[in-house]
Amino acid sequence: MSIFVDDDTRVVVQGITGGEGKFHTRQMVEYGTNVVAGTSPGKGGQDVDGIPVYDTVEEAVDEEDANASVVFVPPAFAGDAIFEALDTDLDLVVAITEGVPTQDMAKVNKRLSETDTRLIGPNCPGIITPGESKLGILPGNIFEEGNVGLVSRSGTLTYQVVSNLTERGIGQTTAIGIGGDPIIGTSFVDALEAFENDPDTHAVVMCGEIGGEDEEQAAKFIAENMDTPVAGFIAGRTAPPGKRMGHAGAIVSGSGTGTAESKISALNDAGVPVGDTPNEVADHIEDFL
Amino acid sequence: MVMKLHEYQAKDIFAEAGIPVPESRLASSVEEVMEAVEEIGYPAAIKAQVHVGGRGKAGGIKIAMDEDEARQAAEDILGMDLKGYTVDRVLVEAGVDFENELYVGITMDRSEGKPVAMVSTEGGVNIEEVAEENPDAIAREHIDPAFGLHPYQARKVVFEAGIPRDVAFDVASFLTTLYDLYESNDASDIEINPVMITSDRDIIAADAVMNIDDDALFRHDDLAAMEEDAYENDLEAKAGEYGFDYVRLSGNVGIIGNGAGLVMTTLDLVDYFGGEPANFLDIGGGAKAERVANALDMVFSDENVDSVVFNIFGGITRGDEVAKGINEALESFDEIPKPVVVRLAGTNAEEGMEILNTDLVQVEGTLEDAVQRAVKNAQEVSQ
Repeated sequence: MSIFVDDDTRVVVQGITGGEGKFHTRQMVEYGTNVVAGTSPGKGGQDVDGIPVYDTVEEAVDEEDANASVVFVPPAFAGDAIFEALDTDLDLVVAITEGVPTQDMAKVNKRLSETDTRLIGPNCPGIITPGESKLGILPGNIFEEGNVGLVSRSGTLTYQVVSNLTERGIGQTTAIGIGGDPIIGTSFVDALEAFENDPDTHAVVMCGEIGGEDEEQAAKFIAENMDTPVAGFIAGRTAPPGKRMGHAGAIVSGSGTGTAESKISALNDAGVPVGDTPNEVADHIEDFL
Repeated sequence: MVMKLHEYQAKDIFAEAGIPVPESRLASSVEEVMEAVEEIGYPAAIKAQVHVGGRGKAGGIKIAMDEDEARQAAEDILGMDLKGYTVDRVLVEAGVDFENELYVGITMDRSEGKPVAMVSTEGGVNIEEVAEENPDAIAREHIDPAFGLHPYQARKVVFEAGIPRDVAFDVASFLTTLYDLYESNDASDIEINPVMITSDRDIIAADAVMNIDDDALFRHDDLAAMEEDAYENDLEAKAGEYGFDYVRLSGNVGIIGNGAGLVMTTLDLVDYFGGEPANFLDIGGGAKAERVANALDMVFSDENVDSVVFNIFGGITRGDEVAKGINEALESFDEIPKPVVVRLAGTNAEEGMEILNTDLVQVEGTLEDAVQRAVKNAQEVSQ
């Protein structure tokens, strides 16, 4: 089993005719993802590598029975694209776009709370269930089928930890990059809850970073609700206060909230070992299995 | 990220929306300050216009009661160094005779994914200290971004904060105007501390902090035109030109990588293995050779740097492009300025390793090995 995506996921790529959209559609198809349609307003009737292009998500759902979308639309139009996906009642929307205005995301977040759709991202690498399906830009070749779930804010840090696992022959059920923005759809808690309910996930890696309080909330959730063992990693121990470290959400506030220390101690208090290096995280997972 | 507006820019926006602000003039020389105070009268506040918090405590704000004091304040403040920024302009503002000082702010509450309005009667002091020591002194109301701040919510938060009843409705309407500005300008936060209640029971915005979400600047040409380069040092200015996410730190191990989480992790590992990171530099996703070369130029420009670690885990970034960029940058030197350790993994890493000129760089296979070698290099070079 897996969480959120599998062989049955039928994907529409929003922004399929753009450079990024086209390139990653090919990569997804090559990996085995069932990409059934694309959208690009005004380009309905065309195709990309034989995949039909529609003007609207609604048509892609009606004609091709799509149940998930991946958004590769530029930031100025990404909020609108996510709204379109939410209004079409898809099961899952994965927004890759970086730089979506925060107030657009606040409005999206409000609409999201009124739907049953799951949003992952924005500003994220996407989600992969090895051997079945990937929605996003993650490099498929580093993943392997197995029993470890992974949830992370960051793309490349995910790749690092996954490669530390795969090198030891430890595969993954599903890996999710939830994104580095202040307002995101799927939180650590949402992903952890799904992993806890997946019988095939025997251990979970959670990679957090400075900024906000999501990791602290995740620690609370783990302590109260999880039997599946979790190992953690927190990036940004050396980040100075008041400086944004690349991600829009990665900042230790002037008053000292969002520090790595606070997150690490919250996780430790919840019984979660936190690695000093990504390789140490893999050590902890190996111990669990 | 955010674009900061100066106090005078924010106050222009407030005034246009009908929010009362003190009479003021912008001045960039002592003569201009003297002309301004002559028109405005005394007492007058002389306020440095730089993107620095805590200007008052740092000596960037002075009150002048007469001509001599105004001249002295202008001479002291203009040209002064305020936490790394040189003051080249001051706002000369009419002093306000006030009875109460309030705090009013609107920001994005990331954990709720909603804006929140905040009101407190404890204005005029450091609000972060108030928030820590007496959180109940700040009343808060979350705002539904689909509908905006309803008038009843503005009244509710004002009553909760204990604002004097004779001005409560005025403060509430002030707050709704402020939220309209917050939304229409794509602000990330607005803070007025203090809002003054005058002896005539009028409301005046005596200070103004307004930051704009720079991801939204594409739809605000007027605000984008107000953007001024404000870097703490020349290196950050250079990073701005190159378009890198860059933060300078105080150590001597230069760090280049792709993806915020992995670059932060590389910094942390430098520290963990006994070194000191010199910087955070994220080349972003899908970087081509030229960008890679620019990144090396960037890090070599930091005189503190004794050694460099280049850590790439390619997803959309390709190892062969990175290798090409490293070669190009290093081949342009007669002598490599500082030792460079390279670790390439992920997409096209093998192709990259074949291209990489290993006469010019040291290669390591794992993140840990690469960081340890760079730390060792830095220790050797600095001896």
